[in-house]
Amino acid sequence: MNKTLLIFRHEFLHAIKRKGFIILTIIVPVLALIGIGVFQLVSNDEPPLVETVTIGYVDEAGGFDQYTTQGYIELVRFDMPSDATAALINGDVAEYFVIPSGYLSAGIINRYTLERQLETPPAITTGIKNFLTSNMLADKVPPETVYRIEAPLELVTTRLTETGEIATEQGGYGNVIIPAMFSLLLALSLQASTVYLVQGLGDEKESRLIEVLLSSVSPRQLLTGKVLGLGAAGLVQVVVWLASLPLLLNLASSTIGGFFGTIQLPANFLVLGIVYFLLGYSLFAALSAGVGAISPSVREGQQLSMIYAMLVYVPLWFASFLFIFPDSPIWTVLTILPITAPIAVMLRLGVTGLAAWELAASLTVLVLSIILVMFLAIRAFRVYLLMYGKRPAWGEIIRNLRSG
Amino acid sequence: MLAVEVNHVVKSFADKVAVDNLSFSVAQGEMFGLIGPNGAGKTTTIRMMMDILKPDSGDVTIFGEKLNEATKNKLGYLPEERGLYKKLKVIDSIVYLASLKDIDRHSAAERANELLNQTGMMASKDKKIEELSRGMGQIIQFIVTIIHDPQLLVLDEPFAGLDPVNTELLKGMLADLRNQGKAVILSTHQMNQVEELCDRILMINKGQGILYGDLGEIKSRYRGNSVLLDVEGELGGIPGVTGERVHKGYTELILDSKTVPQQVLSHLINRGMVINRFEVATPSLNEIFLKEVGRKS
Repeated sequence: MNKTLLIFRHEFLHAIKRKGFIILTIIVPVLALIGIGVFQLVSNDEPPLVETVTIGYVDEAGGFDQYTTQGYIELVRFDMPSDATAALINGDVAEYFVIPSGYLSAGIINRYTLERQLETPPAITTGIKNFLTSNMLADKVPPETVYRIEAPLELVTTRLTETGEIATEQGGYGNVIIPAMFSLLLALSLQASTVYLVQGLGDEKESRLIEVLLSSVSPRQLLTGKVLGLGAAGLVQVVVWLASLPLLLNLASSTIGGFFGTIQLPANFLVLGIVYFLLGYSLFAALSAGVGAISPSVREGQQLSMIYAMLVYVPLWFASFLFIFPDSPIWTVLTILPITAPIAVMLRLGVTGLAAWELAASLTVLVLSIILVMFLAIRAFRVYLLMYGKRPAWGEIIRNLRSG
Repeated sequence: MLAVEVNHVVKSFADKVAVDNLSFSVAQGEMFGLIGPNGAGKTTTIRMMMDILKPDSGDVTIFGEKLNEATKNKLGYLPEERGLYKKLKVIDSIVYLASLKDIDRHSAAERANELLNQTGMMASKDKKIEELSRGMGQIIQFIVTIIHDPQLLVLDEPFAGLDPVNTELLKGMLADLRNQGKAVILSTHQMNQVEELCDRILMINKGQGILYGDLGEIKSRYRGNSVLLDVEGELGGIPGVTGERVHKGYTELILDSKTVPQQVLSHLINRGMVINRFEVATPSLNEIFLKEVGRKS
């Protein structure tokens, strides 16, 4: 067998047998399955009864005596605030509010409670608001109009294509959730592959095994076999995740329904997911080979690799910013910057999509960066593969890379 | 065909010349000693032979050609700094590294079993490398070096850290390999091992070759005109002897330039003396080494 293939096979098998790899690969689908299972168990039970809350009120303005049942809130009238306070202390009511005589002009409602709260619970606010509205409009407009005033709209948006047809992707959080989750997993996978590669090279340098290997194979064969072996392992991980997605989504939408029924995988998501993994991995592998070559120990190699391994997460740090300002030029920069491109593209696919030129620029810059970094990494590998002990100064590394 | 031919190689690191215009050759079926003090340039020379380092000038050929994938398969290399995959089982390490020498996995496993048996390491076959002692790890590394039946063996300090039993085991295996026609290069500063095993040597110091050739010939070149003697009874006067030094258990007789040891021996036999030891004084390789390295520095 070709020696590169032998190294590839060894590295691949070694990587997929690691406990960390196995756990990370299966934990994602397994956790999702557990989640769906737990939901089914819970949903088979009777829905919990919502307890009715009794709230007192004092009507100093007058005219607020109808519609005293608002959902699960029961409103009880008191003549005097002192009576309401006594009922509150006795625990007969959960809280009470006073409608002052000047309510119609000032709109102020005074609420009294024993609880320490950051703000009024929205359900209470809505209950009181609807009680006030219903009483003020009673006998003036039909009940349907009262109801519509209380809940004036339920917005249903439909996205059309440029030809006027209904688009297959309708946007919304259902579209974002999978790319966002996948981006996080992709970042984890890229980081794990980087760690394995730097550690593997570092171990071989530290244990001096590299000399034995190089008496059998060339540096190019060694590096190629390692990079491809670990890349294939990472790809297996990503493919397992991607392949389990449609299955899990089907399962989730049929058992849970609701929000999960609205989740759609953007078109090209699976293809671009794999393409960006392969390119992202190649870039990280080349960087890691270079770092592994110039680092005198596994520890220092891992510290150095953390610098770029952390940068892969940058688009995720800005993810909430993307939801608010999807058209910010920051996204174009992150899409084209090779280290952040894989995650930025995955995130944008789910939120706004991205222009064809951006995708083309992103792929071109990524491929060019891989070629450049790989070229420098192989040089560094040849120059520094036998260097143990002290890491060379950066100036020296640059000089050596220039002179080759 | 020569197993190794090194022609005028030079290698510098930063401002230090590690190997300076070094030339030597090693024939098939010979055990060759590469000796010198620490930092003399032995390991750098070996790394250039292995194509791990490129010489600044000069060239190295292995079996008549530049080192390539095919010639790498004929080569067994035991580096000075030992290393194997710590987390891998002994048998898996051996089989994987043998497969990189173009041996199929089945043959590698069979041969590994043979060698593990021969070295008494069979019980450790399924242990992880990290579970082995340093000496045991070294034996495994030696197995890795010879498992593919290499035609050329390059061993950098092969006896360092080995106990006497394993040292003897290794020596025996090396002698067998030499007798099978393999070329063996021993790089070491343990002169007694070289003296015992090697046919020819290259002594290097500060990157330069200072002694090169047949070990017996080199030793005879350094032989002084004196004999070591242990006799019963009074020695008395012996013609041609200009002085004597008494050591514990023997006496060293210094001969004049016209007298050869055989004449002294004849004289003693004629006198009917009981001779327990008669030896032409030859300096040990260690003494030659110290003398040469001392002289050069």
